[in-house]
Amino acid sequence: MSKTLLEMKNITKTFPGVKALDNVNLKVEEGEIHALVGENGAGKSTLMNVLSGIYPFGSYEGDIFYEGEVCKFGKIKDSESVGIVIIHQELALVPEMTIGENMYLGNEQGKSYSIDWNQTYGEADKYLKQVGLKESSRTQIKDIGTGKQQLVEIAKALAKRAKLLILDEPTSSLNEEDSKALLDLLLEFKKQGMTSIIISHKLNEIEYIADKITVIRDGATIETLDKQGDNVTEARIIQGMVGRELTDRYPKREAQNLIEKALEVKNWTVYHPLYSERKVVDDVSLYVKKGEVLGISGLMGAGRTELAMSIFGKSYGKKISGQLLINNKEVSLNTEREAIDHKIAYVTEDRKDNGLILSNPIRINTTLANLKGVSKRGVIDADKEIAVANEFKDKLRTKTPSVEQNVGNLSGGNQQKVLLSKWMFAEPDILILDEPTRGIDVGAKYEIYCIINDLVAAGKSVIMISSELPEVLGMSDRIYIMNSGQIAGELDAKEATQEKIMSHIIKSGKEKNE
Amino acid sequence: MKEKSVGTFLKKYTMIIVLVIVALFFTWQTQGRLIYPQNINNLISQNAYVFILATGMLLCILTGGNIDLSVGSVVCFVGAVGATLMVKKGMNMILCIIIMLAVGLAIGIWQGFWIAYRRIPPFIVTLAGMLMFRGLSNIVLQGYTVAPMPQNYLNLFNSYIIDFFHGENFNITSLVVGIVAAVIFVLLQFRQRMQRVKKGYEVGSITNDIIKCALISLVMIVLMWRLGMYKGIPNILLWILVIVIIYGYVTSKTTIGRHFYAVGGNEKAAKLSGINTNRVYFIAYANMGLLAAVAAMVTIARLNSANPTAGDSYEMDAIGSCFIGGASAYGGSGTIPGVIVGATLMGVINLGMSIMGIDANWQKVVKGLVLLGAVIFDVESKKNSR
Repeated sequence: MSKTLLEMKNITKTFPGVKALDNVNLKVEEGEIHALVGENGAGKSTLMNVLSGIYPFGSYEGDIFYEGEVCKFGKIKDSESVGIVIIHQELALVPEMTIGENMYLGNEQGKSYSIDWNQTYGEADKYLKQVGLKESSRTQIKDIGTGKQQLVEIAKALAKRAKLLILDEPTSSLNEEDSKALLDLLLEFKKQGMTSIIISHKLNEIEYIADKITVIRDGATIETLDKQGDNVTEARIIQGMVGRELTDRYPKREAQNLIEKALEVKNWTVYHPLYSERKVVDDVSLYVKKGEVLGISGLMGAGRTELAMSIFGKSYGKKISGQLLINNKEVSLNTEREAIDHKIAYVTEDRKDNGLILSNPIRINTTLANLKGVSKRGVIDADKEIAVANEFKDKLRTKTPSVEQNVGNLSGGNQQKVLLSKWMFAEPDILILDEPTRGIDVGAKYEIYCIINDLVAAGKSVIMISSELPEVLGMSDRIYIMNSGQIAGELDAKEATQEKIMSHIIKSGKEKNE
Repeated sequence: MKEKSVGTFLKKYTMIIVLVIVALFFTWQTQGRLIYPQNINNLISQNAYVFILATGMLLCILTGGNIDLSVGSVVCFVGAVGATLMVKKGMNMILCIIIMLAVGLAIGIWQGFWIAYRRIPPFIVTLAGMLMFRGLSNIVLQGYTVAPMPQNYLNLFNSYIIDFFHGENFNITSLVVGIVAAVIFVLLQFRQRMQRVKKGYEVGSITNDIIKCALISLVMIVLMWRLGMYKGIPNILLWILVIVIIYGYVTSKTTIGRHFYAVGGNEKAAKLSGINTNRVYFIAYANMGLLAAVAAMVTIARLNSANPTAGDSYEMDAIGSCFIGGASAYGGSGTIPGVIVGATLMGVINLGMSIMGIDANWQKVVKGLVLLGAVIFDVESKKNSR
């Protein structure tokens, strides 16, 4: 009964100096959910860009057949006109505009000199209902959360009469609950005959949702797994992605006797910088010991990043109150510099916007937080700086031809390593890692975990904020669960399970509502 | 491989190559008058204020493509204050210079405060400054021109370094200085290379280094030789050199210099790395005020007067030089040597067209096109390199 909707044959795409895609084949049947997996830089996004016409016909070799016909897309509009709609990882919504305006941006209803707003909002509301959003289409995008924004993107795709929906890492910025809702929505669409291609790093999601899985490695198709025929497990997919079996996803570390407290906060309360009556962090008390990996789990918007940044030299929030103790001594840190001088490092979740200078080389990024370490009386020792950058490049095994390479040219995993280099060179005792493995591939994740283990083995403390429950469980000694600005629970790693963490969150959510 | 290295060479030294081509073009069009010793001397003294202002402007632009529109008016105002004190009140020259620098710095601090600590957009703050200080200049001068400046003041800027060798019709000191400077430059380059080899760091190809040294030494010696054929080294060149060397050093070698690039490259990342970003903005604009005062000193000396229209559109010359010299319109990249090349290119085009007798209005059209072309080239070449 199934009919081939899309076939991409022998696609080869070359960038100056790099062969991004090498004879890639992809076959998608009507009404299925097809997952595309591979490490960062394997070529998944490039392939989808070829399909959607971002890389126009002629800039690549090979053929695209869609509904049995050869396609020559010159621009995105061409592919959209036949019903291929791509939703990118970075949401492309204008915050100041309403949902309806965003949905019909570039596709305005009515006449070009007179937009028909009634039709716009009427149609928009119809599609919003389909994706299960209760918001009015006149709500501004900035007033709804990321999870809902993702749904707006899907509604927007539906408004374009999508037949083939391509989702690039749709859940990378969503919490578990919103992710689940999104995936269920896709399954619902599938029943109605929609075909989807989903790119994701989250293997449990793929296992849950996909009918077929195509693995891409180093710009070439490795295999296509069929859920019906093959025995598809996470381990099996990983094997395809990395080309080897990854027996242990979380490196072991020696159990240690942890006694001394390195950092402690008591009754920490932070208000929103703009809406000054809104509490973002509410009376939080927690501590981390020397040599400990402390996991902070919780949903998106639970206040974890805000807590971390407010501790790190009050770089977030207003009216911050509470006690901060480092090595059992009370301190007051008012600037980022003071925090760094007190041996705290905050490794941001948003490496592109808040972490790295993408237009600058690895060398400059590595020393940015500790220029004193490579300078004398304010004058930078260029040779020493190069030596330092090389040292960390080797230590963290950053893949790059040279430390003069611009960070923007590196893959996500290597960028994360540069970011870690920067903070390790600042020689902190307490590292706050905010989503340290977001958007990076399995192999690089493992290496990051090894680095974390090395750090705590050297007696440093690591606070790891993560939305991925398996990661929190696999890496932490102790776990705090945060929900709506408060600590909802504390668990020892030995007794913690995904279910326990989720139940803490749900329980505290209920208490809040009552 | 060979082609690629030629490509990167062209990209890296585009503006220098353009400068050479433009200079050759005007030399040909003016039957060699462009490189008359006197004209080379004029090129330096006429454009002194551009070099000085562009140096300060680069720091502002580095912070994120921010510009200072007020510098022309500040030059006029500081000049007006200085000239009034010196000429009308007969105040001591050194004291006057100190007062002028202090006034410039105070203006910079005033604007820097609003920009850095109150986060008022630089465009607005300096636009306001442009209006205010133009008005204040007129008030100080009461609409008149103040002239002439005292001779000892003029000597500071307008005279020439005396010839210790008493050459006839030729200033030998000038040539000697040129040769010595070239030798020192080559030695420094050589020493740096040796040290890097000794410590086992990567070094570029030796032929490249030799060609670079040879060319720069040649330019230095030829320049000094031409100046020697006129009256020798103008004092103003020393002022320019001191400023360029200081700021070139600060931007490329020091931590504070690095902070400017970091803020322009990614302000949030810089802030989270412990850099006091507000202070970086503040320094950029406070310093711009100080350098505007230096430019004011140079300007009243050259004009031998202070008048209410002095310094008109100086800000545009400075901003133009920065962008022609490769500073990014988005901040985070640009160098002092680049800016100097940019300013020289503008100067050569100005001078060349003036000698050719091209109408002043057409000169503006050409300069505008050059500026636009340079930025288009910069943006396009960045796109391609991705």
